Amino acid sequence: MSASLKQKIAEVFDEPGCDKNQGKSEKERKKGCTKQLSPGAAAGGCAFDGAKIALQPIVDVAHLVHGPIACEGNSWDNRHSYSSGSTLYRTGFTTDINELDVIYGGEKRLFKSVKEIIEKYDPPAVFVYQTCVTALIGDDIEAVCKRASEKFGKPVIPVNSPGFAGPKNLGNKLGGESILDHVIGTQEPAYTTPYDINIIGEYNLSGELWQIKPLLDALGVRVLSCISGDGRYHEVASSHRARVNMMVCSKSMINIATRMQKNWGIPYFEGSFYGIGDMSDTLRQIARLLVQQGAEADLIERTERLIEVEEARAWKRLEPYRARLAGKRVLLITGGVKSWSVVSALQEVGMEIVGTSIKKSTKEDKEKIKEIMGDDAHMIDDMTPREMYNMLRDARADIMLSGGRSQFIALKARMPWLDINQERYHPYAGYEGMVELVEEIDKALYNPVWQQVRIPAPWDEVDAGMLAGEALVPTAEGAH
Amino acid sequence: MAKTLESKKACTVNPLKMSQPLGAAYAFMGLDSCMPVMHGSQGCTSFGLVLLVRHFKEAIPLQTTAMNEVTTILGGYENIEAALLNIKKRAAPRIIALCSTGLTETKGDDVDGYLKLVRARKPELDDTALVYVSTPDYVGAFEDGWKHAVTGIVQHLVPERGAEGAPTATIPTQVNLLPGSHLTPGDLEEIKEMLAAFGLSAITLPDVSGSLDGHIPPDWRGTTLGGTRHDDIARMGSSVATLAIGEQMREAAEALQQRTGVPFQLFDRLTGLACNDAFLMALSRISGQPVPPKYRRQRSQLLDAMLDGHFYLGGKQVAIGAEPDLLLAAGALLHEMGAVLHTVVTTTHSAALDALPAEQALVGDLEDLETGARACDLLMTHSHGRQAAERLHKPFFRLGFPVFDRIGNAHRVMVGYRGTRQFIFEVANLMMAHIPHAVPDTWPLPEAAQRVAKPSSAQAELPWPTFTKPPAVDTTAHHQPHGVNP
Repeated sequence: MSASLKQKIAEVFDEPGCDKNQGKSEKERKKGCTKQLSPGAAAGGCAFDGAKIALQPIVDVAHLVHGPIACEGNSWDNRHSYSSGSTLYRTGFTTDINELDVIYGGEKRLFKSVKEIIEKYDPPAVFVYQTCVTALIGDDIEAVCKRASEKFGKPVIPVNSPGFAGPKNLGNKLGGESILDHVIGTQEPAYTTPYDINIIGEYNLSGELWQIKPLLDALGVRVLSCISGDGRYHEVASSHRARVNMMVCSKSMINIATRMQKNWGIPYFEGSFYGIGDMSDTLRQIARLLVQQGAEADLIERTERLIEVEEARAWKRLEPYRARLAGKRVLLITGGVKSWSVVSALQEVGMEIVGTSIKKSTKEDKEKIKEIMGDDAHMIDDMTPREMYNMLRDARADIMLSGGRSQFIALKARMPWLDINQERYHPYAGYEGMVELVEEIDKALYNPVWQQVRIPAPWDEVDAGMLAGEALVPTAEGAH
Repeated sequence: MAKTLESKKACTVNPLKMSQPLGAAYAFMGLDSCMPVMHGSQGCTSFGLVLLVRHFKEAIPLQTTAMNEVTTILGGYENIEAALLNIKKRAAPRIIALCSTGLTETKGDDVDGYLKLVRARKPELDDTALVYVSTPDYVGAFEDGWKHAVTGIVQHLVPERGAEGAPTATIPTQVNLLPGSHLTPGDLEEIKEMLAAFGLSAITLPDVSGSLDGHIPPDWRGTTLGGTRHDDIARMGSSVATLAIGEQMREAAEALQQRTGVPFQLFDRLTGLACNDAFLMALSRISGQPVPPKYRRQRSQLLDAMLDGHFYLGGKQVAIGAEPDLLLAAGALLHEMGAVLHTVVTTTHSAALDALPAEQALVGDLEDLETGARACDLLMTHSHGRQAAERLHKPFFRLGFPVFDRIGNAHRVMVGYRGTRQFIFEVANLMMAHIPHAVPDTWPLPEAAQRVAKPSSAQAELPWPTFTKPPAVDTTAHHQPHGVNP
C-alpha cells in the first residue's frame, strides 16, 4: 500500500465526529472501525465499490476505473441514481488492463485513456479510481492524474480506494477524502445567499432528492451542492461556501462534514429524510442552523408552518392504510440509518417490527433503535439466510423489507418482500416518499398472488392420502 | 469468415465484456450442492453476485476468500483454508469450487499447492470435493472463464479410465452434454427433451437448468439448488458419446475424451435449420433410432417461420455485440434470414468467429458497437446496450448476459427448431413494430432534379403556376368511389 493511502486510512479512522471512535485508545483506533472479514462467510462490497457509490452520482464527470475488466465490466450501470441533466456518469469508462499492463505497468494506458476521454467527451473533470491489481503492481495514479491535469488543463482527480483496502463503508470515506483533497474549495460559486446548504451523503436514488427539494425551494433554502446525488463538478468544487451542511445516511461520509467544519467553519448536523417525524426534524434543524448562521429569523416560523401543512397532508394520505396495515409484522434487513429511520416510519402507521438488522449500524444507530422500539428491541446482529427463511416460512413475519440480494429468502418462502436498498425503483424520501413506501407495502401485502402461490399441488394431497391408506373411493364407473 | 480485429483504444467505454472469474463462477452454479468461491477481495464476489441476481432473479450462492492487502502480499493460504472450513460448517456443500481473480493472480498464489496442503491438514474436508481453476480478470472474458471452469471440473472430478472409481462398462443410451455459457436453462431443457425423444439420457456438465431455472425448493439451502451431481460427473466415462455445444466447449470435450476415451462431437451452434438437422441426425446415429415425427413437424414449422420472418429481416443492417459462441448462433441465423451483419463486436478471441458470416469482428466495447450502429436498423446486445439504443432511437434486441431489465431470462429458448422459430418471431416482431412510416417529405427530390424542372429564367419571375381557365375536361368522374354513380 502506498504510504499516502496508508496515511489516509489512518486519518479516516481518526474521526472526531464519531463518539465511538473518539472513545477508543490510540492503538485500538489504528485497527480501524470495521470488523475483520471472515473468509467464506462474507458479503458486501469492497472499498472501490464504496468510493464509486459515493462519487459516481456526480453526473457530469467521467468516472474512469483503472483496473482489469471485473471492477467496471461486472458492475457498471447498476444503480438508480438519477440525473436532471448530463448522463455522462452512466457511461462506463475503464482501462480494462491486460496481462502486459500487469507486467509492464498500466500508467501509460491510464494516461492515454484520460486523453481519449477528454478528447471525445470533454467533461468538466475526470475521476480516476484505483483498484486492487493496479495498486498491487504499483501504478501511481496520483502522479498520472497530476500530469494529466497539467497537460490537459482539466481537473483529473485520483480516487485512491482499491478494493482490498477494506469494506464498502471505508470506500465511502476514502471517496470523500478525494474530493476533500482535490475538489472542494477549488472553485467559487457565482453568488451566495444566507440560505445555502450542502446535503452530504444523499445519492438521489430513484430521484429521492426531488422529493425533498420542493420543500427546501418553498422555504427559499438553496442546495448549493448535493454530495453527490445529481451533483455537478462545479457545485461540489464550490460547496465550501455553504452556510450549513446536512449529513445524510449515518456515517458514510462524515469525514466531509467534519473537515468542512474544521476548514471553513460550516456547522453540520445529521439528519434523515426517511419517515414523517424525521423529515420534519431535518427541516427544523436546517432552519435553526441557517438562522444561527445569519439567515432571517422568520425562516424558523415559515418552516414550522410548512411542516404543519405537509405533515397533515401526509397523514391524510396515509389514513386509508392504517386499518389495513395495523399489526402487520415486518422483518427489516438493512443497515445504518435505515435500521431506525424506517422503523419509526412504519410504527407511525401501526406496523410491528419483529426484527431489524444492526449489522451495518453504528452505536448511535443502535441507541436510536432502542429509543424507538423500547427495551424489547429485536435487534438482529447476524441472522443467517436460513434463519430468515424459517422465520418467514413459519409466518413469524408478514413481510420482509431488505436489499435485492436477500429478496429470494422471502420469495422462496412465498412471503411478500419489498426492496428498500439502492437497487430499488421507488423513492421513499420525505413526506411524499413515506406515502409511497406505505402504498408499496400495502400493495405487496394485499396482492392476491400470495394466496395463489401457497395453494398446494393437488396431487401432493392425493399422494399423501394414498400413502396413508386412504385411497380415493372409486366411483361406480371407475370401479367397473 | 470474419476477420478478428483488436480495438486500438486505450480506454474501454461502456464495457461489453465481463470477467473470467464471473464466467467460471457461473459454470460452478451448474453443479449440485456446490458453493462457488472467488479467491480475491470481497468486491469481486459482490459485483458478480449482484449481476447474476439481477439477471436470473434467483438467490446466488457465491463466496469470497475476502483477501485484503496484507493477506494478498503474504499469500492467501490462510484465507483459503478459513473459507473452506467456514463454508463446510455453514452450508456443508458436496463441492467447493474456487476460481482465482486478478488480485491473487498478480500476487501469484499457488492455489493448487494450497489445496494439497489443506487436504493434508484438514481431514474434516475429506468428503468435500474441491475444484480449482485459474481465471485472472485481466485475461480473456466471461466465456473463457466458463470454458476453463468446465475443463477444470473434468480434470478434478472425472476419474481417468482404469482409475479407481472409474466406470468400467459403457451405457449405450447415455451421452455427455457439454453446453456453452450462452445456453440458458430453457435451452438445456429443450436439448434434453430432444435427447429423450431418441431414448438417450444425458449427463449435462454444467447443468444450470437444475439450479437457475427459477423453481421454488422445499427448503432453504445455502448452496446451489440443483445441477450436475457429483456422482454423475464421476460416471461420465460410461457414456457412449459426448455432445459439446459451442466452440468454447472444445477444450473440455477434449479433456474428457483424453481421460475417459469417450469420443466427442462438437456443434458450433444449435440455432438455425441445418445445424439442427445435423444434430438430430447425430442423435439418430448414436441411438439407432429414427428422427421422431414431432421433429419432422417442428422442422416444417421452422421453415414456415423462416418464410414469414424473412420479409422483416431481409436486407436489414444489424449491429450485434455478444460473446463469440452466442454471436455465431444469433449472427449466422440472421445472415441466413437475409440480414447483414454490419457491425460485429465481441469480447474475446475464438474459432467461432472464423465461421461468422461477417467481414470482421472487433474485440471491443459498446462504444464501438454504438458507432457502427448509427448506420444500422437493429441493435442487438445485452442490457447495457439500452443506453446506446435510446441515444440512437434504434430498435433494441436484448441478447446474452446480463439482461437485467427483463424477467424470464432463464426460460428464453434459442436452440432446436422450436427455439430458432421463437427467436425469429421475436426479432421479426421487433422489426415489424419499427416499420418506417412514410411522411410527405420522406422522398425529397434532389436539387438537380428540381432545377431542371423549373421554367426558364424569364418565366421564373412570374407567379407560378398560373392557369387562366379551368381544365376543359372534367376528370373527377373517373375517381368517384364505387357506389356513388347512379
